[in-house]
Amino acid sequence: MSMINYASREINCKLVYYGPGLGGKTTNLEHVYGKVAPERRGKMVSLATETERTLFFDFLPVDLGTIRGFKTRFHLYTVPGQVYYNASRKLILKGVDGVVFVADSQVDRMEANLESMQNLYDNLTEYGYDLRKTPFVLQYNKRDLPNAAPIPDLQAQLNPGWEVEDPARQRAMPDPERDGEFLIQQVDGTWIERVPYFESVAMRGDGVFETLRHVAKLVLKTLS
Amino acid sequence: MNGAGTWALDEADYHRISEHLSDLLRESNARCAMLVDRTGQLLCKSGESMSFDATAFASLTAADFSANDQLAKMIGEEDFASLFHQGEKESMYLADVARRVILVVLFDERTTVGLVRLRVRQTVRDLKQLFEDMFDRAPRVEGGRSAGLLEGAEDEIDRLFSD
Repeated sequence: MSMINYASREINCKLVYYGPGLGGKTTNLEHVYGKVAPERRGKMVSLATETERTLFFDFLPVDLGTIRGFKTRFHLYTVPGQVYYNASRKLILKGVDGVVFVADSQVDRMEANLESMQNLYDNLTEYGYDLRKTPFVLQYNKRDLPNAAPIPDLQAQLNPGWEVEDPARQRAMPDPERDGEFLIQQVDGTWIERVPYFESVAMRGDGVFETLRHVAKLVLKTLS
Repeated sequence: MNGAGTWALDEADYHRISEHLSDLLRESNARCAMLVDRTGQLLCKSGESMSFDATAFASLTAADFSANDQLAKMIGEEDFASLFHQGEKESMYLADVARRVILVVLFDERTTVGLVRLRVRQTVRDLKQLFEDMFDRAPRVEGGRSAGLLEGAEDEIDRLFSD
């Protein structure tokens, strides 16, 4: 739920990093925290267990720039990835403006990715939010690992696309990030739409800002 | 419904809210009052400036309230309308306003929880009215200003995220 404060000239938006446990959600936030100038970010809060597993959430506010005289302030949250923390995970989604799904590219984590994706869909649906209409991007993390699944496999499983029902949107839309790939295209006579995806190695920071910038842009565009 | 929708706080609302918070502080002798929305965004702050990070504080407040809401449901209550955290010197009192925002009052030994609770009750009534009026106006605000705030700003947005 983005909030526009005319008194302080701020647009506040909430982004949630979702995904399976140990996939790199907290690492994404830590990298942003480390790279953004201190005057443009707030304190990072982590509610974690003694073994540094996220218990409730991590939180980091960042200013991404000024538009029309309004400071665009994004509140980044992660959720606990472990399956049994669903009650807290659901609370964090309340009022979400944009979602980054951080998938673990390792072949043996595919099932955990799928379970988490289904859980995201279910939790959003319970709030009455429609994932298809919410700014949403996918991040395939840990691309540097030898057992990382090929991108086409990850796409087929996690980003198969949904049918475009609105006739006005049934036209090819190239993926601005990749030549020759499409976000909307016709497959076997049906128009389908996939969400933008990014490859990352969050430990090194690769792909972290590309993902954040893209989802932030999608969120701001919903206000225009 | 797409996501969670947008809402706007204009300057007149902001000043009215500030006045209510100032009245509350004066009458209860509390140190600081804050208004935080349920998603954890700080809307307004009044009173002594505190040494902590108010943005982080606001996000934790919302999480605290949400977690307690779930606990309430587990024991058969719809919600907990207020929460009280007692410290040795500093304490805080949190109260729900219109199911959309949370009023947080920080106080120390210069006052009592009884007085704070009493004054908060009146402020919650006043703010509830104010927010309900504000949300009733929301469709006009959304169509007229907030939704179109960045209309035509696509190029500016693209430039902001271009590098």
